[in-house]
Amino acid sequence: MQPLRSHHQNDAIPALPLYRSAPPLEVRLEDFELYAIDRLRVLKAMSDGLSRGKNPEEMEKLVKGLLRANMRHPQASEDVNKDIISHFVLRLVYCRTEDLRKWFLSMETALFRYRFLLLTSNDHRRAVMAEFNLPYKAVSNAEYEGVKDKLGQVARSIGQPPPTANDIFYKVPFEEVPELVANRKVYIHKGYAYVAMNQVVSLVVTQFRSHLSKALILTNRKWTSTIREQEKDRLTPIVEALSTSYLGPDYSQPRESAEISIKDLDQIAKSSFPLCMRHLFEKLREDHHLKHGGRMQLGLFLKGVGLKLDDALAFWRAEFSQKVGAERFEKEYAYGIRHNYGKEGKRTDYTPFSCQKIISSTPGVGDNHGCPFRHFSEENLRAALSRMGVGTRAMEDVMDKVRNRHYQIACTLTFEAVHSSTCDAGINHPNQYFIDSQKILQSKNQSPGGS
Amino acid sequence: MDPVHRRIARADIRLRGFPPILLYASPSSRHEIPLVQVVPSLSLSLPSPRRSRPFTHSLLPSPPSLSFFDSRRPLHAPQLLPLPKRPSNCLAEVKETMTREECENGPADMLIDGNKARAPREKQGNSVPDKFNSNYLKFYYGKLFPFSDIFKWMSYGNDGKHPGCDQTYFGRREFSFTLDNDIYLRFQSFTSAAELESSIQEKCPFKIDIGPVYSVDPAKRHAYAQSGDNVFTPVERELIFDIDMSDYDDVRYCCSGADVCLECWPLMTVAIKVIDTALRDDFGFNHILWVYSGRRGVHCWVCDRKARRLSNEQRASIADYFRVYKGNENSDKKVSLTSPALHPFLARSYTEVLEGIFEEKLLLSQNILATEERYEKILDMIPDESVTAELRGKWQEKRQSSISNDINVVRWEQLKQLLQSGKHKGKGLRRYVEEIVFSFTYPRLDMEVSKHMNHLLKAPFCVHPKTGRVCVPIDPNSCEEFDPTAVPTLSMLLEELNQGGVRGDVGDAGDFPFDPRSGQNFTWKVN
Repeated sequence: MQPLRSHHQNDAIPALPLYRSAPPLEVRLEDFELYAIDRLRVLKAMSDGLSRGKNPEEMEKLVKGLLRANMRHPQASEDVNKDIISHFVLRLVYCRTEDLRKWFLSMETALFRYRFLLLTSNDHRRAVMAEFNLPYKAVSNAEYEGVKDKLGQVARSIGQPPPTANDIFYKVPFEEVPELVANRKVYIHKGYAYVAMNQVVSLVVTQFRSHLSKALILTNRKWTSTIREQEKDRLTPIVEALSTSYLGPDYSQPRESAEISIKDLDQIAKSSFPLCMRHLFEKLREDHHLKHGGRMQLGLFLKGVGLKLDDALAFWRAEFSQKVGAERFEKEYAYGIRHNYGKEGKRTDYTPFSCQKIISSTPGVGDNHGCPFRHFSEENLRAALSRMGVGTRAMEDVMDKVRNRHYQIACTLTFEAVHSSTCDAGINHPNQYFIDSQKILQSKNQSPGGS
Repeated sequence: MDPVHRRIARADIRLRGFPPILLYASPSSRHEIPLVQVVPSLSLSLPSPRRSRPFTHSLLPSPPSLSFFDSRRPLHAPQLLPLPKRPSNCLAEVKETMTREECENGPADMLIDGNKARAPREKQGNSVPDKFNSNYLKFYYGKLFPFSDIFKWMSYGNDGKHPGCDQTYFGRREFSFTLDNDIYLRFQSFTSAAELESSIQEKCPFKIDIGPVYSVDPAKRHAYAQSGDNVFTPVERELIFDIDMSDYDDVRYCCSGADVCLECWPLMTVAIKVIDTALRDDFGFNHILWVYSGRRGVHCWVCDRKARRLSNEQRASIADYFRVYKGNENSDKKVSLTSPALHPFLARSYTEVLEGIFEEKLLLSQNILATEERYEKILDMIPDESVTAELRGKWQEKRQSSISNDINVVRWEQLKQLLQSGKHKGKGLRRYVEEIVFSFTYPRLDMEVSKHMNHLLKAPFCVHPKTGRVCVPIDPNSCEEFDPTAVPTLSMLLEELNQGGVRGDVGDAGDFPFDPRSGQNFTWKVN
């Protein structure tokens, strides 16, 4: 398998390997670690960029810069090897748990996508498709005549210019392009989607992801069965150190000092909850009910805040029994709460949702979860923010960020406005908002004389 | 007929009014095993003197008789059978008195359906309405529930003798039961129709759900290590959809919550037509079953092999393809069709289904523009001030007495005219007409139901505990004629069976007739 080479050797974009199989290369031990760290820097920066709500063009630029800064080797011919080696090392590092696999898979897939988009020539893209053995045939001229009206309609509906007779379309089973189907960006007929050349990225990304996903599982098996033991004096310590440093806390274990009792909840909700959780909390107090999405989002958040299982049950029971009765609460809802704490079912201790997860959720009729900065109308958002204590000047900044779809930055600005202090790290997780808020409030309490 | 097919189990299932259905398996070939709607014929025939059994649970074409599961709106109001002449048997007299009381309760129950005043009844915690109790249910499971048809369906051809059949297939399907006292039994599995039948008859569940086919028998799941490689995992599951009338509460004025009536039911008709067409024409699926959920909605089961093997991500993509309505009370506009053209699927849905039902049915039956409060809601969906000001001006005038045209129709025409004429200079004004129609009619799916393979869904032919209605299939080709208020209830079924029995046939003396009150069987003496 030959990786592709871009024609311009000075270009920052290296060739696009597909990582099908581990290369028969020799690697020095220090390169093993250094290459991995460089790549990890790229992936982590991408992850940050995504959670700051960068749009695709910004991400492409970001990736281009990151690759140029991190993935080059003093000897230009070694760029490709560094690329491949670092990928496979990180596979070892990130194959070991479900969470690690999920993160790595999504970051590597995103990286692949942007690099594919950065490929400028159609020939390169076609070559990648061929590498994946995608069996899709181009639509014949005769068939094109029959569907060109519909193809034109789809193009207009997604703001693209209408296709011409020279444009190539691929006829693909709809299951292979879930993204395009979900966003109604393709014409579908009798189970086949008509995919434009510029949408081909979706096809290859899906293939890439599914290959990598399977590979990670296999790598994990091999790691646990042989490699970890074999390499326990050499590679294993490096591998184990690499994974913990970059993902950041997941707030699944509340800190030792943090223990919240029910009577504190109302007060800390007003002072330290981010808007998404405040809204859910208020709705719960108001309606004595929340739908499933809201129960998950708020319930796990409270767990991260330090609410113990018994207190949680008492809290939810007190609210729900006002609407559905204590008996129905026990029958229908108590199980779910225990499930969240890992006491039922397959006993997974679920982690509270991060901002990225909350922003990408889809609240429907009767739901109150999701990110208010994304899902509320402007009017409702302004009202909610002013109830939180956000002043008029800050409000405009926040709304500006919302309009540009930088929801987490908007939340960070809200935090800063409400607490009158800066938050350099940026909000990535509702529990992070809570902890930072509590820290500020406690330090204010400790120095009553000071300002 | 292909000799291979001839060898294989075949059941002709015919229901009066429904298309004939063939279910057969051909595991030796690579072709799709065609499973079409399994719509058993369960009909109570008015017993003729020659019949030895008072009723037939039969797979044969039914003689002209009352067919329980033909739930099209009847041409005349549904009537109970006339009481037979008093036989000289004194036991029969007692029976007759009881059945008359049943009669009296019957129509009253049905009348209440359309009435909002029914709502308080829903909230009663413990008392069960007349239409539904566990004795009736026991009898229903004893005599009427189509076990073997469900088994045949769920087997997808693997119940044959052909060497290509997977004998473990049916046994890997999860069923779940909800029992009388809210006890919930998950991961039930069975290896044959007989096992399914006896378990259900023994436990008498108030609700039966069907889950996925797993990689191993769900009953044995604990034996497999949950080591993150997920050895116990769903491998096949029908593509399912759940549409619930209460999700439309913001656009229907006749009912809310759990109630449904003939005025708002057209929303379900729209949903069935739009989705069924898309599933067949766009996605290429063929084996689709639509079922009434028993109270306020419909379910859809897509049974093609390709559908059963879809991953969660693929299911989510299909659900998203169907999604137009976004948001809830916190967001502004729920339907936003901003582009200059609609995707062919939306355009087709609009011209073939939505526009027609909106203008011909809902506009009038829901009085969408009749009052100020209601028309303001529509005007809120049009961001252009000059348009809304002009319309408001026209509509605030004293109501013109137009004898020939309903006020909703008049106002709608005015609105359309203004937005589509080009008189006002706003960009994309025409689109607002479509947005309004979409808001009021376009199907609203429960996304979570469709997205996950392990989601459980109520089985067809269950009886809904709150309404007593049977979850009957709906023929999508004639769904506009479906009448949810005329769906047979459990007590109606038993009433009819009893009526049939009184004619004096012997039948199975031990089983029949059945006293629905006490749950006891009468022994039947023939003079």
